Amino acid sequence: MGIEPVDVLLAGLGAIALGAGVLVVSTRHIVRAGLWLVVALGATAGLYLVLSAELVAWVQVLLYVGAVVVLLLFAVMLTRAPIGASPDLDRPRWAGLLVGGGAGVGLAALLIDAYRWSRVPLPPGTGATEIGTEVFRTWVLPFEVLSVLLLAALIGAIVLSRPDIGAADTETGRREG
Amino acid sequence: MSLSAYIPIVGLLALGAAFALFSVSIAPIVGPRRYNRAKLDAYECGIEPSPQPVGGGRFPVKFYLTAMLFIVFDIEIIFLYPWAVSFNKLALFGFVEMVLFIATVFVAYAYVWRRGGLDWD
Amino acid sequence: MLAATSSLDQFSHDPWWLVLIKIVGVFAFLVVMTLFTIWYERRVVGRMQVRPGPNRNGPFGLLQSLADGIKLAFKEEVIPKTADKVVYFFAPVISAVCAFTAFAVIPLGPVVSMFGHHTPLQLTDVPVAVLLILACSSMGVYGVVLAGWASGSTYPLLGGLRSSAQMISYEVAMGLSIVAVFMTAGSMSTSDIVASQANGSQAQFFGLTFTMPSWYALLLFPSFLIYFVSAVGETNRAPFDLPEAESELVGGFHTEYSSFKFAMFFLAEYINMVTVSALCTTLFLGGWRAPAPITTFWAGANSGWWPMLWFTIKVLLLLFVFIWLRGTLPRLRYDQFMRFGWKVLIPVNLVWIVALAGLRTLQNSGLESQIKTYIMVGTVLVIAAVWVLWPAKEKPTAASGVEGIDPGGRVGGAGGFPVPPLDLEVPPSPRAPRLSVDREPVPAGTVAGDQSATEQEGR
Repeated sequence: MGIEPVDVLLAGLGAIALGAGVLVVSTRHIVRAGLWLVVALGATAGLYLVLSAELVAWVQVLLYVGAVVVLLLFAVMLTRAPIGASPDLDRPRWAGLLVGGGAGVGLAALLIDAYRWSRVPLPPGTGATEIGTEVFRTWVLPFEVLSVLLLAALIGAIVLSRPDIGAADTETGRREG
Repeated sequence: MSLSAYIPIVGLLALGAAFALFSVSIAPIVGPRRYNRAKLDAYECGIEPSPQPVGGGRFPVKFYLTAMLFIVFDIEIIFLYPWAVSFNKLALFGFVEMVLFIATVFVAYAYVWRRGGLDWD
Repeated sequence: MLAATSSLDQFSHDPWWLVLIKIVGVFAFLVVMTLFTIWYERRVVGRMQVRPGPNRNGPFGLLQSLADGIKLAFKEEVIPKTADKVVYFFAPVISAVCAFTAFAVIPLGPVVSMFGHHTPLQLTDVPVAVLLILACSSMGVYGVVLAGWASGSTYPLLGGLRSSAQMISYEVAMGLSIVAVFMTAGSMSTSDIVASQANGSQAQFFGLTFTMPSWYALLLFPSFLIYFVSAVGETNRAPFDLPEAESELVGGFHTEYSSFKFAMFFLAEYINMVTVSALCTTLFLGGWRAPAPITTFWAGANSGWWPMLWFTIKVLLLLFVFIWLRGTLPRLRYDQFMRFGWKVLIPVNLVWIVALAGLRTLQNSGLESQIKTYIMVGTVLVIAAVWVLWPAKEKPTAASGVEGIDPGGRVGGAGGFPVPPLDLEVPPSPRAPRLSVDREPVPAGTVAGDQSATEQEGR
């Protein structure tokens, strides 16, 4: 039950993720908040990697770091992306601290109490082939439902972002902005 | 444990980062430094830089839509990879599944196309 | 799959000093390839434009890029006062680091003997190696978009946004084109994919047995084509070099960068070119394996250090195509470029994947070859019938002038954009014979027959 290098790695990556997460909500530079989010998500990918879930780790990097945060940055730049601190960010600190800290401590207490020192044996196959057969044999229904979710997401994106194009009645001029 | 296979990758990353950081930090030291106010302005083809709009400029929403489309297709690709790797094990069932999945995403794609979301006017 | 796991295991048996040597070796390979490719590009483009290109520094001018790089280090660095200094500093570093890291899993050769150790000529390999390369290239987007934003200037911001939208669009096409390779090779590790291209597989069509080509470039030709096109888009190279469209955006996202920070972007761009070419070689051109005619009369071509030569030759040939494209094609317009990516590459890719999967499912099924043939022919016939009988869209009647112009000469309603008058005159071509130069310029709208008729009368 000694401390192995893997445990040190896990703790270090967890600390990085946590620290970056705190910086995401506390920095006054909007774009830099997005960058700290990249660090936090990257550290999470590292956690997956150390837990020997390689495919999940790289999917995390590809999807969250490579796509979702790019979307966030685009969204920030669409509206405003000021260089330097934004003094008008209006966040009641004590409420945020209470909610965030409370949720974090509560979850940590719950999980630590639930697992303690119990160990879960690593399933024999965690490679892409095994995950593939698992997803496409056992979890068929969630997988197919997911495609409907993607459909809804795309339709939502179109309806929200561009009400001016392609609709049945293109009467008046374009919406501003 | 496959973690040891990542040590060389981390090593190459560290070497690349050391090289990049070193050369980027050494350049201002060895290079000359001659102050000129005009030189430090944003470049706008030699004319006086126009003031930036308050709160930053606004950009076409098309970029946002492109990123959204990218996420949806990226998720689809991510599911295609394990499917492709275990393709020979899944046989006909896997094929039918993936055809259904691709068809549903294709419906979304066709919708976006019809609504003009792929046009960059 | 058993052989695959054992081949992956050998990467964790290297002693630490061998790993260090390999890391430095890959790093040196990339830097030398970058310096060489810059020279190569300038020489080849020079020849294409009937001029010699750089030929002063070193033999054949080979040291030109090194001289340029050292000179850049001693140039003044200008940081615009509106810039976000921290992000401005880190953007080029992010670009370069992502470019370097992606090359870690490219196989350069088979197992060789290095200082008494048997080790594969590859830094490392993991079961999801290709995903790692894709992840690195998607991280590279940050270098571009942050450089554009942190400069605090209009052109770089526009260039950065454009560039990142372009990169993510073509990343989709690139990611889809690789699916067919994974399907055929049954693995995502680069060394396995190279190994699976060693021998052509047997396939049965119409009762006859064929040996399929071993290279995926031939076997999966559509994927190869789509991969290469999207690789050109992904690396922002001509004709897709819109991010740095110097005629409209000055220099794109790195307009405000100077000195060695600019050199980092330059380095990253060229390393990315080398990486996508190397990945293309690995996935489609048989990796480090010698091309077919060589192995037939020289059995040792695939052992020892020779494969590194084949690998480098293949990469240089692909880089030549990059340079050739740049020397030949004009830049696309942004809307054409995005349309091509989203409306052509992606649907074609998806249809190809489904078709290939269907074909392979049919092959793997235990049906008789007679029935297989019937199913194949039947499917093709049904698709052809749907294609022919699909209700054709009515083509809009060709309106005179530009579509959607208001009577007031504006597009998009009375408050829209003004449009310049469209009665432009076409000037005569300077290459035309002298006689036509003397003539009046021909208005674009008039019928040519009238003109010649009046001239005849005049004579």
